[in-house]
This record gives sequence, structure tokens and C-alpha cells, in this order.
Amino acid sequence: MTTQTTTIPRVTPRQNPRSAVPRKRKVTARQFFSRLPIRVFLAVLLVIVIYPMLWMFLGSFKTQSEFLNEPFWALPQSWSLDNYVSVFDSGFGTYIVNSIIVVFPSLAVILIVGVAAGFALEVMVWKGRGTVLLLFLAGIMVPTQMIILPLFTIYFRTGLTGSYWPMILTYIATGLPLTVFMMATFFRSVPREIFEASTLDGASILRSFWAVGLPLVKNAIFTVGLVQFFFLWNDLLIALTFTNSDALRTIQVGLLNFTGQYGAVQYGPTFAAIAVNVLGTLFIYLFLNQQVMKGLTAGSVKG
Amino acid sequence: MERVLGDKRAILILLGPALLVYSLIMLVPIIWSLGYTVLDGNPIVGFTFNGFDNFIKFFQDPAAWSAIWFTVRFAVVMTVLQVGAGFGLSLLYVFWLKRSSSAIRTIIFFPIVLPTVAVALLFQRLFEAAPTTGPVNSFLNLLGIDSVDWFGTPAASFWILLLMGLWQSMGFYGVLLYAGLLDIPEEMLESARLDGAGGWKLIRTIVLPLSLPVLLSSLIFSINGTLKVFDSVVALTNGGPGNATTPLTVYMFQTSFTYGQYGYGSTIALMLTILCLIFTIFIFRSTRRDVTKS
Repeated sequence: MTTQTTTIPRVTPRQNPRSAVPRKRKVTARQFFSRLPIRVFLAVLLVIVIYPMLWMFLGSFKTQSEFLNEPFWALPQSWSLDNYVSVFDSGFGTYIVNSIIVVFPSLAVILIVGVAAGFALEVMVWKGRGTVLLLFLAGIMVPTQMIILPLFTIYFRTGLTGSYWPMILTYIATGLPLTVFMMATFFRSVPREIFEASTLDGASILRSFWAVGLPLVKNAIFTVGLVQFFFLWNDLLIALTFTNSDALRTIQVGLLNFTGQYGAVQYGPTFAAIAVNVLGTLFIYLFLNQQVMKGLTAGSVKG
Repeated sequence: MERVLGDKRAILILLGPALLVYSLIMLVPIIWSLGYTVLDGNPIVGFTFNGFDNFIKFFQDPAAWSAIWFTVRFAVVMTVLQVGAGFGLSLLYVFWLKRSSSAIRTIIFFPIVLPTVAVALLFQRLFEAAPTTGPVNSFLNLLGIDSVDWFGTPAASFWILLLMGLWQSMGFYGVLLYAGLLDIPEEMLESARLDGAGGWKLIRTIVLPLSLPVLLSSLIFSINGTLKVFDSVVALTNGGPGNATTPLTVYMFQTSFTYGQYGYGSTIALMLTILCLIFTIFIFRSTRRDVTKS
């Protein structure tokens, strides 16, 4: 109580200068001015977040001479798709196809295998399940750099180098720890009585998993799938390590090498390539932003 | 019941595939990589045993020390900025914007899902000095300041990496910490307000201590991510100028794949892993102590 009584007088004078503006509309003016710094700050913040992306989309329609001769805020003189055409002419379509070929099969396997493992580790009762869960957890912390060299050797010796397999296999393995851990957490929130009841009704545990467990965590699987999709789609390290030819490049590796091909930077095509790369994630985020936010933050608190 | 929930065959069917893939492609390579640290060479020319030479080399290698120094400096400053900005945003969401914050939260969160390579190429253009003047330098010129060659000096490159990281991640940490702040009971804040605690005092005495657990996990998550920074460096500065912005991850990659030294590359990777462990334990223990004190 003593601390509070001493602080009250200290706080009030600090508020006085603000209310010392016009007396008549005291409340509204005060409200307006006390809100003003926050509003200005927010406006600046939103401009900082949005403007770079807007600038990029506008830039993807500009010609090289517009970039060199006009100020950066100039709008494109025409909405021609020439830059996009030249992006796809330089092989970007192949990169997108490659990304789809490696990401979606990996994603499917991660989800199927990971959900089953999460169920076995959380719902079923057996000795050593805590240790196995910890083993999966360790995989979240160990940097990928620890595994790429031996994997390179393995893929080289088994003749997988030069195909999509090295990327797919590595994606599955690196995606599993977080998936298993998140699924175990989701299964934990399902009341155990549900599984006990289905067992009492005579269902085998595999049947309980399929008919009771899976439908209950359907939304969670979708959320985890979204999170893993972004990790795999945006990955650079694994894709860079296991793509040894232009024909295998994923969209990220392709974009990284995009500017390098020319002596001078071709601004328009570069911006169009960035735009193409960003468009996929932008669309997903446009429609599923709440699930994406939920999934990504859930993945980190537990991870 | 016990028999059904502990059905060995079912456990094998459900857990087997995941454990098999995980063991073969994560656990075995981790052990294998430890074995590489006492070897020299690569799979194409073959390996020779060289004892602890890789470790001796690592501690005498100026490039390795410069990489450690950059990694630590970047991770610490980035973590402080990310989590700090995120906490600021979360306070803004909870105490000033209240219910109207949803749209703003969603917009500021967005950059985290963008591919880092795309963001890095965009930032190269934003901060460009020549041949065209990018928006940032144009803005500086407007204020009467000369264009800065952002990618030409180590200090400026370092700050651009930080700025880009912050631009991408502040919204993410904002939402992460916002979720933590929502867990603080409204009655608790209300009674503190009635007792005369407002503004900073409320934040310092009520909000901060109560959001400590979620702050702690954010710090650990952030430091683990930033110690492993790779994409943004490769795409934005490629480690330059010189090797001024080369973290351990990039140095390991260059050593292994540009120079074909798998043994030394594995040693660097192991050092990075140890660094992650040390930082995680350090943050965990230091915050634990604070909790018991207060």
C-alpha cells in the first residue's frame, strides 16, 4: 500500500501537459492527441511492412530504362507482362514444377507417418515412449548442417544423387520432429476417455486411431501441414545442397541464381521473378491467414 | 484395456515408419558426422584419419573465429531486437488497439511466411546505391544525406541483415507474445489499475513477470533460429564484404562444398551445434534464477 500512495502523485503531473491543450473540447481533444502518436506510429509501421511488397509488384511491370531513369516512386508506364514472359522463358516454370514435385510428396509422407507416430507416442501406453519423444525433440534443435555431409555421401554411394530423392528423403526426415511433437501435443488435448470407450466397444487400437483419433485431430493435421508446407517451400539449405544441375533446381535455388546470370541486373525480370515466387505464399496467406498464424506460433512455443 | 493400448504390433505399425526414416536420415548421419570430425577428405577423393587436427585447425583458423564472432553477435542482437520489437507490438495490440488489432496483426505477421531468398533480393534493391538509387537512399538524399553503399562496408551489411530479419519476424513475435499476454487474467490488470499502477509501472510489475514464460520460450526459439542463420546471409550479402558477414553455417557450407573438406566442415557443424546448446542452457538457467529471486 505504501508504494502505491507514493506513486499516485508522481504519475498525475506527467499527464497534465497533455490535457493542457484547449479547455472547451477537453475530453475529445485530449483523446485525439493522446491517440495521435500511436496512430502515426502504426501508419509508419504499416507503410514499412506493405510498401516494399507494393514496390516490388509495381516494379515487375517496369522496363529497364524506367528503372534507370525514373525515380523509384514512379508508376509503371504500361502494364505489360513482358517481364513475366522473360522469367518463364528463362526456365522458372521448371523450378516451380521441381518444387511441387519435391514438396508435396514429402509433405504427404511427413503428415501420414508423423500423425501415426504422434498417436503411438501420446495415446498408447508403453515403456520408453518418453525417451523416443525426447529423441524426436532433439531433432528440432540439431542444425541441418550436422546431417547434410553424411547424407551427401549416402546419396552419392547409393546413386540417388542427380534425382529428386535426396531432397524428398531429407525433407521427410527434417520435417518429422516438429510434426511428431505437435501431433503428440494435439492428441494430449483429446480426452483419454474417448479412446478408452472405443476400446471397450471392442475396437482394435488401429481402428480407434483411424475412426476416432484421426477425425478428432483433422484440423490440427491441416494446421501442421500448412506450417510444414512453408518450411519446405521456403527451404534453401537442403535444396542448395542436393541440386547439382539446373534441371533439379527448386524455386528458391532458381531465384537465388536468377540475378547471377546477367552481367548487369535486369531489374524488371528480377522483380517479376520475386513476384512469382511470393505469389504462392501470398495467396495461401490471403485465405488461410488465421490458421497460418495459429500453426506457426504453436510450432515455436512447443519447439 | 491395457493390452489394447499397449498392443506391440500396433505400436510397431504406427511408430515404425517414422522412427525408421528419422533414425536413418537424422540420427545415423548425426553420429556419422561426429565420425567425420577426425577425418580429412571427401567421398570423392576418399578419407584419411587425422586425429584432432580438425579441432586444432578450427581454433587456430582466423576465418573460423570471425565466423563465430559474427554468428554470436548477429544472434544476440537479432534476438534482442526480434523479441523486443515483438513484445512492443504485443503490448500495442493488447493495451492500445484492443479488439481492433486483428487486421493489423495479420498484416504485420505476413512477411514471416515469405521465402527469405525473395525478401533478400527485394532488400538488395531497396538499399541499392548504384546504378539506380533505391528507395532508402532516395529517402536519405531527400533529407540531404548522401547515398550509402550499404553492401560495401561490414557494419552497414550487418545492420541490413538485422533490419531484414526484423522486418520479416517482428509480426511473428508480436503474435506469439500477444497470445501469452492474453493469458493474463483481466481482473489482475484491473485491480492493479485500481491500485494506481498505470503505464510503465503496470507493464514492469504485472505484465512483464507474468509473460516471462512465453518470453523465455521466444528467446530460446529466437536464439536457436538466429544462430543457424543461412538463407538471408547467402541471398543478401553472400557473406561479404570479404567474409565480414559469414556465419558458421555459411562457412561450413563453403568449406565442405567449395573446398571439399568434409572433415573440417563437420567440425564446424559440431561447433555450431555446441554453440546452440550453450546458448539455450544459458538463457534457460539465467531466467530460472530471476524467477526464484522475484
